Amino acid sequence: MSLATETITTLRRRLDAGEITSADIIRDVAAAIDAQNPEIGAYLSWDTAAALAESTSSIPGPLSGIPVAIKDNINVTGQPCTCGSRILAENYRAPYDATSITQLRAAGAIPFGRLNMDEFAMGSSTENSALGITRNPRDLSRIPGGSSGGSAAAVASHTAIAALGSDTGGSIRQPAALCGVVGVKPTYGRVSRFGLVAFASSLDQIGTLTQTVEDSALLLNHLCGYDPRDSTSLDTPVPDFTALLGRDIKGLRIGLPKEYFISGIHPAVTAATDAAIKQLESLGAHIQEISLPHTEAGVSTYYVLAPAEASTNLARFDGVRYGHRTASPADLLDHYMSSRAEGFGPEVKRRILLGTYVLSSGYYDAYYLKAQRARTLISRDFDQAFQKVDLIISPTTPSPAHKLGELKNNPLQAYLEDIFTIPANLAGLPAMSVPAGFALEDGKKLPIGLQFIARPLDEATMLSAAHAFEQAAQIR
Amino acid sequence: MSSPAIDIQKVATLSRLKLTPDEAVLYQSQLGKILDYMDVLVGYDLDSVEPTAHAVPAQPHLREDEPRPSVERSLMLANAPKSSHDQFQISKVIE
Repeated sequence: MSLATETITTLRRRLDAGEITSADIIRDVAAAIDAQNPEIGAYLSWDTAAALAESTSSIPGPLSGIPVAIKDNINVTGQPCTCGSRILAENYRAPYDATSITQLRAAGAIPFGRLNMDEFAMGSSTENSALGITRNPRDLSRIPGGSSGGSAAAVASHTAIAALGSDTGGSIRQPAALCGVVGVKPTYGRVSRFGLVAFASSLDQIGTLTQTVEDSALLLNHLCGYDPRDSTSLDTPVPDFTALLGRDIKGLRIGLPKEYFISGIHPAVTAATDAAIKQLESLGAHIQEISLPHTEAGVSTYYVLAPAEASTNLARFDGVRYGHRTASPADLLDHYMSSRAEGFGPEVKRRILLGTYVLSSGYYDAYYLKAQRARTLISRDFDQAFQKVDLIISPTTPSPAHKLGELKNNPLQAYLEDIFTIPANLAGLPAMSVPAGFALEDGKKLPIGLQFIARPLDEATMLSAAHAFEQAAQIR
Repeated sequence: MSSPAIDIQKVATLSRLKLTPDEAVLYQSQLGKILDYMDVLVGYDLDSVEPTAHAVPAQPHLREDEPRPSVERSLMLANAPKSSHDQFQISKVIE
């Protein structure tokens, strides 16, 4: 049996017992990538020789010798960091490690492989990557979700033990749900954003995609923490997230937002959520209906704020310091305009234009400021809800994975698919998706995710409840 | 709050993006539809609500303004599409 199918937890035990070596794991993962990546397309690049060399000097620690695959927007020294874009695909090599990578290395982990994504994390299907599509391992005719689609597909296809992703409006949780793995977005500010290529700085957060809740908890123990190089990093103690796993959840108050149970949800998603509610009740949790009255404002608020921030963040791609440069520009303005036009794909252009428009003179108050005010209302909804409950649950997505190309020509419809995941980003809350069941389509079992949302910095309660659910439900 | 006609070429210039005529038509129509969706916010009384820029009311922490080592120049220049004399080379800006 390939070691690539195991979890961090089981590999740790076998490494510590001396049964296997880190090099054994890396060779098995590399063999799995070689066999499956031509079909699935989760990886954009991987350097087996470099990882094997690193494995000989891996630092002793809880993650010692464990390879972790990295979304292609997190810088790892000397490796490509394309962000799924032509603009960075030509010759960019990261000159430094992101803090999240430094912290993984300090615990002994080995960054191995670069994972496909929607260009600059803009999208929910990974079809916006300029470097090729990624297919859902459960049904190759369907999307893996996105933007961390490569991360979710790699873990789901057992071509990665675990992966890092980034989540701006659901980009970890949504692909985790559609591929049937665990995906965690911690509280905004918990994990340093230093070295993560910025999309929307007030929403972006690095997190984990793993086979089990325990593996995510283990990784988060090392990823979370204060970083002076990220000006919004939280200087707050990090608990041992694995310590609460296995405790019972009797008496835990869990809220069901009535606004999330809208028409148009796939019947299998409703059925899986209903079954999850029963499962959590049988574990002793008290489920109650709550209201998040401004839920409907989430998508429109997000699609003003995120493009506005993106339009400023992506101004750095000027064809001078790094990235694509047009061949023979007429003048400096043409140098900028042509380099960017040739380097960026359609979704990125659409969002830069949208963001520039809502920030431009005469429209700032009507769109940007209004959206910032609506963001306050969305945050207040959660503040009020968390006075009554300890956790909130909902479906992660309204439907299981769509067919490739199904939403390609309808950006607004694609944006509406993010309705359940966006609010946690707007409010900065920790949230995660756990496998909760399947929809049967064309004879294939398409995964469905259950989302848990917690109070700021209360990842421990969220992980503990998700772990209890995972152990009881045994969704395979 | 239905969106007014968008001067897509003006926005494209502000965005430093050269658009083909086909792209201009496509984005003009798509942006209009996306902005129309903002009508969802019309029903809310927003004037009395404070805007939120960051969800966590963090006080951004700044370091002391003291020089310290940074990434090596050669490493940064290695990613430049064009460089010369240990500097980034840009397009001509003076006649």
